[in-house]
Amino acid sequence: MSGLKVTVGKISFDRPGIVASGIMDETGDTMVRMLRSGAGAVVSKSVGSNPNPGHRNPNFTEVPCGCINAMGLPNPGIDAFAEEMEVAVKEGPIIGSVYGSSPGEFAELAGKMEDYGACAVELNLSCPHAKGYGMEVGTDPKMVGTIVKAVKDAVKVPVWVKLTPNTHILQDIGRSVEEAGGDAIVAINTLKAMVIVPEFGKPLLSNKVCGLSGKCIKPIGVRAVWDLHNAVSIPIVGVGGIYDHRDALEYIMAGASAFQLGSAVLTEGVDVFEKINRGLEAFMEEYGYGSIEEMRGVAHE
Amino acid sequence: MSEAIVTVKSIEQTNKYSKTIRFDWDAEAKPGQFIMVWCPGMDEIPLSLSSVDDEKSITFKVIGPDTEALASKSVGDKLRIRGPYGNGYDLSSKRILVVGGGIGIAPITPVLKCKDVDAVFAARDAGEVAYADPLGKEYCKNHWICTDDGSMGEHCNAVEMVKKVLAEHEYDEIIACGPEVMLFFLLKYLNEIGMKCQFSLERYMKCGAGVCGACMCDEHRVCKDGPVFTGEQINKMKDFGTGRRDACGTFVSYR
Repeated sequence: MSGLKVTVGKISFDRPGIVASGIMDETGDTMVRMLRSGAGAVVSKSVGSNPNPGHRNPNFTEVPCGCINAMGLPNPGIDAFAEEMEVAVKEGPIIGSVYGSSPGEFAELAGKMEDYGACAVELNLSCPHAKGYGMEVGTDPKMVGTIVKAVKDAVKVPVWVKLTPNTHILQDIGRSVEEAGGDAIVAINTLKAMVIVPEFGKPLLSNKVCGLSGKCIKPIGVRAVWDLHNAVSIPIVGVGGIYDHRDALEYIMAGASAFQLGSAVLTEGVDVFEKINRGLEAFMEEYGYGSIEEMRGVAHE
Repeated sequence: MSEAIVTVKSIEQTNKYSKTIRFDWDAEAKPGQFIMVWCPGMDEIPLSLSSVDDEKSITFKVIGPDTEALASKSVGDKLRIRGPYGNGYDLSSKRILVVGGGIGIAPITPVLKCKDVDAVFAARDAGEVAYADPLGKEYCKNHWICTDDGSMGEHCNAVEMVKKVLAEHEYDEIIACGPEVMLFFLLKYLNEIGMKCQFSLERYMKCGAGVCGACMCDEHRVCKDGPVFTGEQINKMKDFGTGRRDACGTFVSYR
């Protein structure tokens, strides 16, 4: 599978597909299972300073073209997460996702993830349904730069920054990440959304506002990666609505060095990564590409 | 999976602790599968189907604010459901003994209706199990009842009852649903005698559909890989009988 090897800045992965944060990554055993299912790496659940039960149920449902969720960043807190990381990092590369409300909090959490053995940290500056966190701090280019700088000063491992598509200044935010020394941009997180139940005259989810993911957001994600490729020169990791190898190729050809997926696990199962790996190999052979890197950004040429 | 707004067709007191809501929903479902149930005024919760025909039902113990809200529903009220989720029971073995403990009797009820099986109904007291007696009479060749306080049937627990039954009857497989402590000791005994089994497990659920990772028992998603697991699988689970994850994902030990 050497043709599937990818490099994101300073780190390499044997396979290009990475489990997106929030999917099958809350426990050590689960992350191990995903690594054994063909994923090149796993991004952990976004972890904060304290245990958080998240929003009350209902916080998820399928919709015709994907799913919506407002989990509300449930996690056991950074201290308890040490045990999960200890189990997971023995099996393969784990990227530690963290969320905070201030540069100092991000830096502290990222430092702990580094101590736990994370090969990189991913800053969640994009969750659309957590008050005071996520995209509320991630849509201001200046604030994004300050957070990235604080984390860069605190850790040696690469700092990835996950951005939201819920903005018209994505390129400005991307440039802020690059200028502050960020090592890679992950795009996109879910789109801010809502579902209403007419019979009850009320929003379905307890948090009312939620994030939309799945097949329907792929064209938006591909465009976002395309725009970021034109704005920055640091690596981009594409995510949003990837279900098969052709979806992954769209992101790669738009400029992504690697890709993440999550919602596809719902319909395609946990072996979706293995299926995509096989699909990519067959495609590369048929179309004469020797590596993922050779295909990166070709749609711009 | 599909989602639906269903209308409460009937709501009745099943036993001293539990109620049953019936509703029409023509989705295909297997015994052992569950649905996510919600209406305004409660949190969405997973409930096993106690009937899998076109007229479906949920049978639930009233134990907290969500089940209290459900218990207060009247005929004509609406519920929003999604599912069915989970794998359901594998009913391919020829001679099956089903074991239901407490509210665990509800999820095994559809098994009685679609296959010739024998059954053990175990509960704290007569108030919790009396309703199962007519079910046993109608659908099973043999059925046994036992209670912790001796108020109905044999005065013993589920595991002791199963031991007595297995001393006189032969089965190829045991299918059980009930409190984890019951399943824990039942598995221990079935391992000793080398009996094949499938148990339905329970964990705190959020998405119910296999993506969020809230209901993990070791590396298994109880909502999607389960809720029914084989004895072989359960024997390898270090979480089984030891503890469970709470809403934060923190491991909470039973002891």
